[in-house]
Formats: sequence, C-alpha cells, structure tokens
Amino acid sequence: MARATPLPAAGDTLVRLLGVSKTYAQPDGYDIRVLEDITLDFHPGEFVALLGPSGSGKSTLLRIVTGLQEPSYGTVLYRGRPVTGPNLKAAMVFQSFALYPWLTVAQNVELGLAAKGVPAAVRRERTSRLVELIGLDGYEDAFPKELSGGMRQRVGFARALAVEPELLCMDEPFSALDFLTAENLRSELLDLWLDQKIPTQSILMVTHGIEEAVFMADRIVILSKNPARVVADLSVPLPHPRNRKAPEFTQLVDQVYKVVTGWDETPEARQEEARAEAAGERPRLKPLPSGHLSMLTGLLELVADRGGRDDLYRLGSELLLEVDDLLPVTDTAELFHLAEVQEGDLILTDLGRQFCEAENPERHAIIHAELMHIPIFRLILRVLDSKANRSMVKEFFNDILEEHFSVNDAEAQLRTAIYWGRYADLFHYDPDTETLYLPEPDPEDEASSAPG
Amino acid sequence: MNTSGTTALGYSWADLIVGGALLAALAGLLTLITHHAAFAPESGSVSLAWSNLPLDALFSWLRMLAAYVLSLGFAVVYAYQAAFNSRAERYLIPILDVLQSIPILSFLPAVLLLFIALFPGSSLGPNLASVVLIFTSQVWNMVFGLYNGFITIPQDLRETARSLGLTRWQRFRTLELPYAMHGLVWNSMMSWAGGWFFLMAAEMFSLGNKSYQLQGLGTFLQTAANQGNWLAEWLGLATLVAVIVLMDQLVFRPVLAWSEKFKMETVGGEPARSAVLRVVRRSALLAAFSDRVWAPISEWSDRRFRPRARRRPRPAIASGLGLLRTLLVGASVVAAVAVFRDAVHLLSTAWPAWRMVLLATGATLARVAISLAISVGWTVPVGVAVGLNRRLAQKLTPLIQIAASVPATALFPSVVALLLHLEGGLNVSAIVLMVLGTQWYILFNVIAGASAIPEDLKEASRLFHLDGWQKWRTLILPAIYPYLITGLITASGGAWNASIVAEYVSFQGHVHHVFGVGCLISQSALDGHFGLLLLSTASLAATVVLVNRLVWRRLYREAADRYSLQ
Repeated sequence: MARATPLPAAGDTLVRLLGVSKTYAQPDGYDIRVLEDITLDFHPGEFVALLGPSGSGKSTLLRIVTGLQEPSYGTVLYRGRPVTGPNLKAAMVFQSFALYPWLTVAQNVELGLAAKGVPAAVRRERTSRLVELIGLDGYEDAFPKELSGGMRQRVGFARALAVEPELLCMDEPFSALDFLTAENLRSELLDLWLDQKIPTQSILMVTHGIEEAVFMADRIVILSKNPARVVADLSVPLPHPRNRKAPEFTQLVDQVYKVVTGWDETPEARQEEARAEAAGERPRLKPLPSGHLSMLTGLLELVADRGGRDDLYRLGSELLLEVDDLLPVTDTAELFHLAEVQEGDLILTDLGRQFCEAENPERHAIIHAELMHIPIFRLILRVLDSKANRSMVKEFFNDILEEHFSVNDAEAQLRTAIYWGRYADLFHYDPDTETLYLPEPDPEDEASSAPG
Repeated sequence: MNTSGTTALGYSWADLIVGGALLAALAGLLTLITHHAAFAPESGSVSLAWSNLPLDALFSWLRMLAAYVLSLGFAVVYAYQAAFNSRAERYLIPILDVLQSIPILSFLPAVLLLFIALFPGSSLGPNLASVVLIFTSQVWNMVFGLYNGFITIPQDLRETARSLGLTRWQRFRTLELPYAMHGLVWNSMMSWAGGWFFLMAAEMFSLGNKSYQLQGLGTFLQTAANQGNWLAEWLGLATLVAVIVLMDQLVFRPVLAWSEKFKMETVGGEPARSAVLRVVRRSALLAAFSDRVWAPISEWSDRRFRPRARRRPRPAIASGLGLLRTLLVGASVVAAVAVFRDAVHLLSTAWPAWRMVLLATGATLARVAISLAISVGWTVPVGVAVGLNRRLAQKLTPLIQIAASVPATALFPSVVALLLHLEGGLNVSAIVLMVLGTQWYILFNVIAGASAIPEDLKEASRLFHLDGWQKWRTLILPAIYPYLITGLITASGGAWNASIVAEYVSFQGHVHHVFGVGCLISQSALDGHFGLLLLSTASLAATVVLVNRLVWRRLYREAADRYSLQ
C-alpha cells in the first residue's frame, strides 16, 4: 500500500515542500538536524495526517508549512509561490488551544478578522455565524477560563476558521482533551469538512495517534525520528463514516503500526550507520529511550501472562496508551534484550522470561548487566573509576552528551541515565552537589581510594 | 514580584562598559552644567499650618502621578526594546541592572542643575527635578516587571498572533501588554510605595549652600521634624497614611482585581476582589464609555498603525528610529571618551579617598546585613504563624498592609529623636530605618510561602508527630525558602537605597551623620563634591550589582530548582 508520491503538475498542488531540512544550531557547533530532506505535495481536497513519534519534528514541519518557521534548506511553495513569513491563507489550531484569556470567546474568534482590517459590523456578523456553526452560541461573552477543554478547542477552531483559510493546520488538536470530548469534536469537524460547510480546501493534521489518523485522514504521511524523514506515504481509501471495529479499519491500523514500530530500521538509517562505521568516524551515542522502568516491568509481566507474545496495537488500546507512550517502553525492552518487536508484535526473549519470573534483586542484577553494555554507562563508569575520589560532577557528563544531542535532549538523556544507574545500583547520585559517584567498594580499599 | 532576581543573565563584560559609560555621562553632564550655570535658588518659608495639609498632599500626589506616568511610558518603551530586540537586549538589561542600584541622591545634582539651567528663575525647574527624582525611585522595577512579562509570553500565543497576521501594534495591544499587565500592576504598586519612601528627599533638597523647598507633604514632614513640632509631624504623617490608604482602596485594589483577568490561569488562592470595581463595572457610564470611546479608539489605532504599502527606504537619519540610533551611537562615543577622561581623573584621586570610600561601603554593607538579619529574625516566626492560621491571617492582613504602607522615612525623625542621645544612637537608628523600610517585603513573602504549604504535607508531618524544631527543619523552612529569598532580594535593594537617608540626617537644625557610603553620597551631593559623589556612587553600584550576582541570583536559582513545590 505504501507508495512514493509522484510529483504531479504544480497546478493542482496547494503546498509543495522541496527538500526541506531544518537544523538547530548548537552553541558548541554540533548542529542538531530535526528534518531531513522532506519533499511532499499537498493537494486541494486532501485531509492529510502527519504521523510520527514525539520529538520527530512533525510540529516543526507544520510550522514550516504555515510559514511560522523557516526551513534551513529547501523551499516551501504555496500555490507555486515561495512562502516567506506567515502564510495568511493558512490557519493554525493548537494542542494547547492558545486562546487569549483576557478576550471573550467572540473577541478571540474575531482576532484574525481584526488583523485583516475587516470593519467591526462585518466582523460581528461573521463571528456570530461561525459561533453558531461550531456550537458555541450562548458563550460569546464568556472568557476562556470559564469553558471546559472541549469548548475551548471549539473556540480554537472557530478562530482559525473565521479567517476562511484555504489550508487548515492542526497541531495535535485533540490530544489535550478527554476521550469522549475528543471523539465528539473529531466527528463534528469531519462533518463540517465532508459536507463542505467550511471553505477550507485542505487540512493538515499533526498527530501521534494512529487510530485518529486512520479515522480522519485521506492520506497518512509517516515520519521517522532523529532526524525526521518520510518513511511512508499511505492513502486511506476507506469511505466515511468509518467504523473503528470494521476489519478493513483494524487491518489498516495494524499496517500503520508495523511501519511505525519499524521506523528506526529505514534503509537510509542503516546506510548512514554503515557509512559512518566505514569512514571510521567517532561513533555517535545513540539516544536512550525514555521508558519508565516500572512501566517496563508491568508491560513485560502482562505479555508474559499472555504466553510471551502480544499484538502492540491491542496492548496499546487496552492500556489506553498511544503508540507514543508505548514505544519508549518497548524500545527500552529491546535495548535491554528483554523483548523484541516483530511485525507489530512484542515478543519476550529468554532473558525477558527470566526477568519476569525473578524477584527484585535479580531483576536489578539483569538490568545492571545490560547497562554495562551501553556506551553511555560504560563511559560514565570509566570516568568515575579513573578518578581518585570516584566521583564526578554532573556538568562534565552533560558537556559530553551535548556533543551528541541538543541541550535539552542531553539533559533528558542524563536524567534517564541517572535514573537507570541508580535503579541498577551502578552508581549513585547526590542531587545536592550534583555529583555522580561510585559507592565505596570495601572498607580495606578505602585507603587507596581516599579523596585526592 | 521581585525584580532583579528573576532575570537570568550571566556575568558580562557589558556590565563594565555600561556602568562606566553611565557614570561618565553623569560626570559629563555635571561638568557641562556647573560651568555655565548661574541660578537663583528658590526658597521660601514653609508654613506648618494645618489648613495647608490638603493642598500639600495634592501637590505631592500630583508630583507622584507625573513621575508615575513618566515611568510608565519609559518602562513600556524600554522593556519592549529589551524584550523584542535581541541586539538591544544585550545592552539594555545590564544598563538597567546598574541604573537600579544607583541611589536617588546620586542623580540629584545632575537633575537639579539641568532643570534649573533650563528654567532659570522659575519654580518649574525644581519641580521638574523633583518629578525626575521620584521617577528614578519608581521606574526600574516597572521595567523589570514588564520585561519579564514580555519575555515569558508562551510560544503558542505568539504563534497565534503571527499566523493570524496581527500587526505589530495589534500584537502589542491584544497580546503583549495584556500578558504583562498583572505584573505591571503589582510593580506599579511597589513603585508608588518606593516613591513615597523618597518623597522627603525629593521635595526638600539643597545643593551647595542653596536649599530648595517645594510645597508638599515631604517638605511639611521634614520641616516639622526640623523644628521639633511633633504635633504637626504626626498630623502630616496621618495625612500621608490617609492618602496612601485612599489610593490603595480607590485605585490599586480595583485595578488589581481588574487585572485578574489577564492572568493565564487562576491557580489557587482567592482572586482579588474589589467592591469599587464591581460598582464601576456595573455603571452604565462605563459601558457607554467602552462602546462609544474605547472601541472606536481601538479601531482607529488599528488603522493608524497599519503598516502601509512598502515605502522607499529612506536614509537612516530621516526616520525616527534611525535618528535615535545615530544619536545613541554618538552618545556612546562621547560617553567612551568621557569614561577614559574620568577613569584618569578617578585614578588620580588620592589613595585616602579611595580607602575611605571602600571602608564606607564596607560599613554600609555591614548595616545592610544586620538589618536583613533582624528583619528575618522577627518576620519568619510571625509570618509563619500568620500564614499557617487562616483566621489570624484574615484579621491581621489589613493591619499589616496599612503598617507597611507608611513610608519608613516619615517615621524616621521620631526614631532619631528617640535614639539620638544613646551611645552610638545614629548607628542604631540607621539600622532601624533600614529594618523599617524593608521588613515588609520579607514578611509578606513569608506569609505567602507559609499559606501555600499544601494541606497534605501538613497532615503528613502531623501523622509522623513532627514537632517543634523537626517540623521547622523538614517542612516549614524548606517550604518558605523560595519565598524568603524572593523577599530578601527586594529587601536588600531597599536597604541599600535607604542607607542614603539613614546615614545622613539633618534634624533640628543639626546634621547628624554616621560613617558609611550612603552618608558620603548624601554629603558630597549636598556639598557639591562631584568627584567624591561619583566615586562613592560607583562603589555602591558595583557592590550592589556584585552582591546581586554572586549571592542573590545563586540563592534564587537554587531555591527555584530545589525547594519549589511545583
């Protein structure tokens, strides 16, 4: 089903991305690339979902499409014209709603019209029509603080639609809402879109929910991580209204799951790795997944109870976890050789079974042994071991990690490393002095390892 | 609502350059003016008649208002530039750091001479000088408050404005100013308090052998103290407190309650309420005003500030901004030359003068430290007791607020009268003034911290039978620590400023002074020893900036990282 989109004639494209890349400059000169050579076309009449793991740069891509950010390389064309600065034909809906709390609902909705210089009377007329369409009538004079999350996002939609955008961009618009509210809002938006009650020509939605993407979109573009590349571009041929229980639906979701869970094994990524190795470059540290160890234990035990193999999509929906929350945990399981992901299934390894049957001390020992193979931990231990006082300030490791990751990521990586290291009793950490240190091995050794 | 502590900036060489440039500019102005000024001091006899009090209060209030309006305009322009022009930010924030640590009296000679030179023989000169002096005691924390507001606007709100295509003016009107509004209101209240504190210094001053007295409450109070007329003194004080309480009830409470709507979320705590605001909001007059006047003005301003179709680029000098930039560059060159000249001049100052200034700074530093220690000593137990007991807090808060609103400088003459005859009396009274002026910042913060301790933590400590010292050590002190630091930062700034009036007192016709940098500044400002004034101001400013950077900012960051309950 995956197809590489051929580039159609420019006449029927709304947005064209040509080799768009984005790098963030770091103070130390190691730039972090978040988007890598993305070439995509969006057409009028399309509802496209951009799907990718968190931190994959999909929100950045959306901001580049709307002109809120500039690409480092490459071009964005809107109806054949290069985009420079915010594109006023595009409107944005935010995950956090981004309403102005000091303006009433009506004033919030009018904001874009006021910016265009629309006279007050026309503004009021259009706003009241829209407020009714979005189901906000009666709330015109309310302040956002007084509204529930769902109502707030309705205001967000109304504000975006008020300027009658050709392109509606949505950045995870439903993820801050509870399940029922989100579902309700999804179908209402689909109704507006499918019945053409709004003059919007194309919708672009960033999401990490696979089901959401399959439920709403006509086309799903799947992005990888570190940096984001397009790994798949699928069309969703299901007619609306879509039934989540229908076999075609679940089949498609499963298919997307397979692509998504295999996204770090793209041919490009493997090629790059092989190239770097061949060129004898200093190996880059691989990022640690941010999986919580208690969640890891719980998940493994659950799979063990089910015979050591289970479908990830089913596990996710049972545990009410989006793939975004689940993947760091399965990545952690794979890193520790406790389980493997194959064809969208999570399969326990022998070590994984042993881990599940073990008591706490033995579990710690297993993790301890696994950590000894991971470069970051080997590095930390080597440093601590070579110091006479067997301790080292956190900044030192932070500086090392910042050569491999962005400043924020480096901090997160070190946090995970410290968390795991403490769990496995690999080293200790004193938050007061912000020092990592090794516990005193034996009393008689003390003389030789006295602080120097 | 602290000021300097929240702006996270590292050390920077810009501090040095900027500090030098400012001092040089001050010096340049001084020399320029002293060389051609011939002015007639305006001094009249001050009447202590009670019937004058309302008019005195009105004059003082008008001066405060004028200074506040000036501060507001300055703060908006300055903070906007600092927040949204990253090239300007690098210089503007260090400049601000230095400026806010320069005490009001150091500006006195330059400001006074300038305005008297501009309006010779007119009472306008000293009046404008007074307004500008009050301005220098009001403006800095407003700039910091606005700047902090501007730079913390969330990314998504800014993106909304850009993607909807709001013009720069609309962005300012609908996003930037509203976002910073709550902080601005708080800082305005603090600025007014700061203005009252220095009212006496700003209304009655002398330069060389000429003295100026402007009709107002500050002059009234000081004259009454000088003549030892205690009845008049207390009447003046009562009038001052009445004005302050009225301002609080009729202006600040309603405005604060109104500004609640600009907060992002109402997180805990009672929202401020005001009966006055409710009445105003319900009045038909206001509704008519907002429909007929405010809305059309907003519409008009949107049209007015709409960027027109691209104009041909004009030479830099022709556009307002370009002109300003050229002027700034010119001024920096002049300042740089002056820095060099003054550096030579200062270095040639005899070593004894240097030694004296440094010793004096040390003496004042010791007084500041002692006064902070005393303030902490009594405010922490009291503040915790009040903060943990809701009913007590409700009863005491209005009383504390009134007590806090009395400018310590107004009480000072009475304190001096009491302590003057004791051994080391002025030393003690200087510290007492510092305590009086600064303890409230700490008290309010401690109360806020203690009342913010979550109920579950209190229950847990009750469950474990933590009593006495253990409870203080494990629960109360860690919980109030960030608040305590915030209060201390503000208090320390206030104590340094107070040293100017605390160490040099003219009272019942005699001048009493105690060795310290504040005394040196007052003395040299009044005697016209500009070299010494410059030297001691530089020493004071450098010490304040250093203490801020080395002590307070570190403690603040540690408090925010470790002890914050979020």
